[in-house]
Amino acid sequence: MFALRNTMRGGAARAVFRSPVAQVAPRRTAATQNMPENAARDILVKQRLNRPVSPHLGIYRPQITWYGSALNRITASILSGGFYIFGFSYLIAPLFGWDLSSQRLAKSFGSLPKPVKVGTKMLLAFPFTYHSLNGVRHLAWDLGYGFSNKAVMQTGWATVAASVASSLGLAFV
Amino acid sequence: MPHSADKRGSFTRLEARLRLRRPHQQLQRSNLQERARSPGIQDLHNQRARPEKGSKIKTFHIYRWNPDEPTQKPRMQSYTLDLNKTGPMMLDALIRIKNEVDPTLTFRRSCREGICGSCAMNIDGINTLACLCRIPTDTKKASRIYPLPHTYVVKDLVPDLTQFYKQYRSIKPYLQRSTPPPDGREYRQSKAERKKLDGLYECILCACCSTSCPSYWWNSEEYLGPAVLLQSYRWIADSRDEKKAERKDALNNSMSLYRCHTILNCSRTCPKGLNPALAIAEIKKSMAFT
Repeated sequence: MFALRNTMRGGAARAVFRSPVAQVAPRRTAATQNMPENAARDILVKQRLNRPVSPHLGIYRPQITWYGSALNRITASILSGGFYIFGFSYLIAPLFGWDLSSQRLAKSFGSLPKPVKVGTKMLLAFPFTYHSLNGVRHLAWDLGYGFSNKAVMQTGWATVAASVASSLGLAFV
Repeated sequence: MPHSADKRGSFTRLEARLRLRRPHQQLQRSNLQERARSPGIQDLHNQRARPEKGSKIKTFHIYRWNPDEPTQKPRMQSYTLDLNKTGPMMLDALIRIKNEVDPTLTFRRSCREGICGSCAMNIDGINTLACLCRIPTDTKKASRIYPLPHTYVVKDLVPDLTQFYKQYRSIKPYLQRSTPPPDGREYRQSKAERKKLDGLYECILCACCSTSCPSYWWNSEEYLGPAVLLQSYRWIADSRDEKKAERKDALNNSMSLYRCHTILNCSRTCPKGLNPALAIAEIKKSMAFT
């Protein structure tokens, strides 16, 4: 048979602790109550509707494993999003009379001040370098290499360092 | 919310200390709080309440939610313990809080030596077993304890693992054979064949890895998650099993296996030092190169 156990409620237990007479360890009583199985299941079903989801993204410790993976996705979105947006703009440019030819873009980019040029190039280069280098890690993983915790940490940070360095290099070209 | 939690935490700490006093002092306790409001007594009280010399007072912030009060939001409650009087592990701290400070605190525990997997929870941001996790001795930094991430909470630190166990059942975690043993007695393995199961059979299904996986957080309805996939590979790698093709077929869809994006939180967090990510990679490899 199914029995629900009602141990002492929190409030009552605290009250016992508070009262001066309770120097002897309080005796915990447990009341049991028999109920048919489907009634017990109803209680469970009702409780399941109320259960909160425990915290996840906000409390998990930042580590190169999942932060690196998230960065891989973000850079992928920037790269593919940029590609599609530019491609589509190029496609519809004649309809609106935009001039998106390479010469025109190069000319207008060349007229920008130097810090803006380097900054823009950096912003475009980093997603490319990080995503490419991290792609090499993924190829290695697909072959079953580099799965030890140490290797994952080392290659993760090495990828970040190498992609920052190489995108800086590209930005100053 | 934090206000009330702190208030309650400090009260319980006071409680714990008062209970250690001599009897004639204990009698004064009922009006102690009242008297503490007047400034003179407040100083006296603070002096008395000052921790004994050499004590190491550590604060623990613990996730609380009570199903009997479903309209109340989950909250963090603070407790303080003297580490000199507490065992070295997080589980010791939790048990001490439950025994001496707040009997309503709810968590699972059983073996206290890392073999049952009951006390899996998120401690200071990573999933681990409370019984295998040392309390950081830095008393300036509080420890934060949550249930396993992105699980339905039954109460306080107790997660609902129904879905996890259902998924485990779905991979048929037992030896499947249609032929009898060649010698009529037992299914023999070579040493090399047996060695393939090392690093797989030790898994205790504590769900630390699965609930550390962002991919599993978003897709736990369909993605099996690292723990169950490691178990699946344990049977795929077993030389005695004769249903390897069926096992792989069951995984060959976009969700069950391929939601693994090699994030690698699983291997990083495993309290038993296993490598679920490698097991998943081996499954993927065996599906790709056959």
